[in-house]
Amino acid sequence: MFYRENGQYKTSYKADQALFPIVQDRIFIGLVMVIAFIVIPVFASEYLFRAIFIPFLILALAAIGLNLLVGYCGQISLGTGAFMMVGAYAAYNLAIRIPELNLLVVFLLAGFVTTIVGMAFGIPSLRIKGLYLAVATLAAQFFMDWLFSRVKWFTNESSSGAVSVPELQLFGFLWNSPVQKYFLVLCIVALFALIARNLVRSNIGRSWMATRDMDVAAEIIGIRPMYAKLSAFAVSSFFVGVAGALWGFVHLGSWEPAAFDVNRSFTLIFMVIIGGLGSILGSFLGAAFIIFLPIVLNQIPAFFGIPISTATAAHLESMIFGALIIFFLIVEPHGLARLWAIAKEKLRLWPFPH
Amino acid sequence: MIARDIGEVILKVEEISLAFGGVQALSNISFDVREHEVRAIIGPNGAGKSSMLNVINGVYHPQKGSVTFKGEKRTQMDPHKVASQGVARTFQNIALFKGMSVLDNLMTGRTLMMKANLFQQAFYWGAAQREEIKHRERVEEIIDFLEIQSIRKTPVGRLPYGLQKRVELGRALAAEPTLLLLDEPMAGMNVEEKQDMCRFVLDVNEEFGTTIVLIEHDMGVVMDISDRVVVLDYGKKIGDGSPDEVRNNQAVIDAYLGVAH
Repeated sequence: MFYRENGQYKTSYKADQALFPIVQDRIFIGLVMVIAFIVIPVFASEYLFRAIFIPFLILALAAIGLNLLVGYCGQISLGTGAFMMVGAYAAYNLAIRIPELNLLVVFLLAGFVTTIVGMAFGIPSLRIKGLYLAVATLAAQFFMDWLFSRVKWFTNESSSGAVSVPELQLFGFLWNSPVQKYFLVLCIVALFALIARNLVRSNIGRSWMATRDMDVAAEIIGIRPMYAKLSAFAVSSFFVGVAGALWGFVHLGSWEPAAFDVNRSFTLIFMVIIGGLGSILGSFLGAAFIIFLPIVLNQIPAFFGIPISTATAAHLESMIFGALIIFFLIVEPHGLARLWAIAKEKLRLWPFPH
Repeated sequence: MIARDIGEVILKVEEISLAFGGVQALSNISFDVREHEVRAIIGPNGAGKSSMLNVINGVYHPQKGSVTFKGEKRTQMDPHKVASQGVARTFQNIALFKGMSVLDNLMTGRTLMMKANLFQQAFYWGAAQREEIKHRERVEEIIDFLEIQSIRKTPVGRLPYGLQKRVELGRALAAEPTLLLLDEPMAGMNVEEKQDMCRFVLDVNEEFGTTIVLIEHDMGVVMDISDRVVVLDYGKKIGDGSPDEVRNNQAVIDAYLGVAH
């Protein structure tokens, strides 16, 4: 009843191929934008920006990047943390070596550096698939850990690879309050999400999905497997690299290689799987699930005034979090994005039986 | 049958031999295909029919022999290059992109004609958008032709078998091939579905002038719609000619019915 396309006639292919062809979707996305750009900045506290919204947006961006590779092109990667690390250190080096560079340019260039590194580590995908590829991409993780903790040039001679960046300066202003940082990240993430959405509905996105679904048939229809796979690695790494640069510059401020260890890679893979493979919305939902849920769980005992020690609360939090992941994967192996799609399907009729 | 102008030889297969380890899949196979004709390849299971298509397609690289298409001779070529020469193909076991809609599957067939660069696609702007719309119009014509309008936005994984076969034909047609290879397009279909498929194959041949090479087990279909037939058995060519000639060929009859020893 509430979500139906009946009566929304389209008279051109342009209208049919629009980003959100259905009115309700446009309203929904408009509401999300209003909440993100107006409601949250007005009402949220500084703690919420620092602890939740900024990390959520940045990790959602990384998850989108990973989803393009894993969900759309079917190439499993366990090196996302490493690629974030490359992005962060590339941005650091650019920023301290060429101080006059605009920070946005720094982020973009960091993305391009990561693109090159990502493509290099994507070359094995031309010969190996699936779990074997996952192991091969794990090599990136160990290599980058080594590179940035041992090769002093990359970390400006600092010991153990720990670096810190000056305060964010952009267009002559200092962006140091959480709200400003939030706006900066939000604009970048919104733009990149739009780009990702455009790519997956264009020819390149179809060639990724074709490679994922049936690589032999894709090649026979004229898709070059090398181009499809390496372009997926390239675009994915670009997204992840920018996310890494943001994570370092905006969220952390100072970091060492351990901030981008293999756990980061796993967290991102979980976000993509829980959120939904092959869905841009899913990347956001997955990131939200992984970031919000532990914090919510953490607050519950205090909220109800249950007297338990912090240690017990932390253990319970991990246990419930793990159980919820299993629960969601059993209920819907295709992720939260699929649950969302099913809900929309139900809303076509609900609350009427027919 | 409507008379078509059967033209010059467009595809020539010469002395192809293909072995997998110790198994000789094809030995010394030669035949040709003329422009605008419907050429059938038949033979018992394991005769090497699908291997033959894979050789033409560039999926398998034969140890010996050559394939000449449109006057260009080759011994080895990657499938995507063969595709860019104008060869399209359907598979015995449906090889559609299951996670994508019918429309997207067909649009994928036009990938070779898409020229917009990455940045135009990233912003869905300029050439990228114009191209999407232009190719969508052509794809819609194919959708009309195959009578699959009602399922254009359905993910192909949800479609029944017969429709999936039809979508696969559509994807091949979307590439506007000069040579169309069909690997058992009617396998596992009931009589009505077979009739529909025959009609589509003949229409493609007549309306678009597409040359068709088809593998099929249903002899009635083969004898009805093909102009010439190649018969393979155990990787060897045992017959070649018009349906009537092949029907009366003793070697072919022996291969299908068995010989008394």
